Amino acid sequence: MTARPIIEIRNLGKFYDGFEALKDINLTVLSGEKVVVCGPSGSGKSTLIRCINRLEEHSSGRMIVDGIELTEETKDIRAVRREVGMVFQQFNLFPHMTVLENLTIGPMRVRKIPKAEAEARARKYLARVHIPEQADKYPAQLSGGQQQRVAIARSLCMEPRIMLFDEPTSALDPEMINEVLDVMVELAGTGMTMVVVTHEMGFARKVADRMVFMERGEIVEVAPPDVFFTAPKSERCRAFLDQILEH
Amino acid sequence: MAEASIPGSDARSRRLTLRRMFASRIFSVALYAVVIWLIVRTAWTGAEAMGYNWQWYRVPQYLLRRTDDGFALGELATGLGASLLLSAVAFTLALIIGLVVALLRLSNLVVGKAVARAFLEIVRNMPLLVLLYLFYYVGGPIFGLDRYVASVLCLGVFHGAILSEVFRAGINSVGRGQWEAAMSIGMTRMQSYRYIILPQSVRFMLPPITGEAVNMIKSSAIVSVIAVAELTTAGRNIISDTYMSFEIWFTVAVIYLAVTLCLSVFVSHLERRFAVEI
Repeated sequence: MTARPIIEIRNLGKFYDGFEALKDINLTVLSGEKVVVCGPSGSGKSTLIRCINRLEEHSSGRMIVDGIELTEETKDIRAVRREVGMVFQQFNLFPHMTVLENLTIGPMRVRKIPKAEAEARARKYLARVHIPEQADKYPAQLSGGQQQRVAIARSLCMEPRIMLFDEPTSALDPEMINEVLDVMVELAGTGMTMVVVTHEMGFARKVADRMVFMERGEIVEVAPPDVFFTAPKSERCRAFLDQILEH
Repeated sequence: MAEASIPGSDARSRRLTLRRMFASRIFSVALYAVVIWLIVRTAWTGAEAMGYNWQWYRVPQYLLRRTDDGFALGELATGLGASLLLSAVAFTLALIIGLVVALLRLSNLVVGKAVARAFLEIVRNMPLLVLLYLFYYVGGPIFGLDRYVASVLCLGVFHGAILSEVFRAGINSVGRGQWEAAMSIGMTRMQSYRYIILPQSVRFMLPPITGEAVNMIKSSAIVSVIAVAELTTAGRNIISDTYMSFEIWFTVAVIYLAVTLCLSVFVSHLERRFAVEI
């Protein structure tokens, strides 16, 4: 059961007017697996995970998420999005709503859960990200790290089967990075399927089942972290690791 | 005389004092008073020269009249009420049209976009008066519109086109990330608009929307050309009975001014309030 593939990406390609952002991507993520995607900026890693919940449309190939193939069919897209949580670099919390409202709007409007139940669920996940006392504040009143943890809780409130993280710590001040990463490590411990785009190699070592290295729209190397960090096969991957692990 | 340093700096300092004097508040107020006085005097002597017979004492009865059992509203007062009602009804229609057109323009529907664009270009590039004639003289006979309905539709369509641009700008002012966050928790486009995008864009739109309400009251005067009962029509009717054109038009102008000034003050208050919140 745990070995069931939950994301299947086959020969995926993506063109932005004339520019080939993704080239022939093949990747299968198993249920419960933690995949960390890294690579230099502009390598297409964000584009790839945004294709998984179709915030970007792919141009060719197939993307099958939780048994549903993503096509033009908007019903299918929404069905996938309900099961796939996404955490953004810029948090993208709803600034006109309190933290609690941010967390309950999805369950109430999309899952049609009664308000009381949605609030109970929201408080449960706020506690899970260690900020139960911030429920009635507005996002602007919180620090960056707290905002990102609210964003993670907002996704979790939909009780998704997969969580996508698009450089979740890149917009944070250094002293707040760990509080977010800690929450992500704890989440990994619950058996959630996670696809994470990040440069945080310490985190990757700790939780990744597989590392994916991308460059110029292609997957260059896929390997378990112990192999990936100690003996990367490709020259480009080694050069990248040397650069970011230098310090 | 030529380049001697002392006279030169003397002239410069004199020029500076002169400039300071022109920039002073007292001077501006005095200048303003002189200009106003000149305009009033010219108008007054002009009216005197043509032997105009001022009858201001006859004006108040058109605002408020004493009757056997208390007071009754005069023609101008009821006209003002009708103007405000007409503006309110037409503005409600304009808000609906504006929102629909804006949403169409921002949609992914090719036909919807084209229709919205065509509507906007046609309405914006046509004089309001011609639009009114089209609604009344063409639309009237064909669709059986009476003059009041034609007026409401015309004003609603005209200001709806302008409001659609206000809505569009307001909606576009909400960042892309908000759409993505709403979509990624599975919301439909309509749900995203309703719960996420529109509530955030209201703060950007509210001041220009109220400003457009002021414009609506002003342009509602144009329906007097098809004799819809409202403030300007009331003024015209009184004048054709009494020939007091100067007094009545002054009065009508002041009434419009008073109403729109009140609204404008309200608008700038709103602008200040929302500016602080951002």
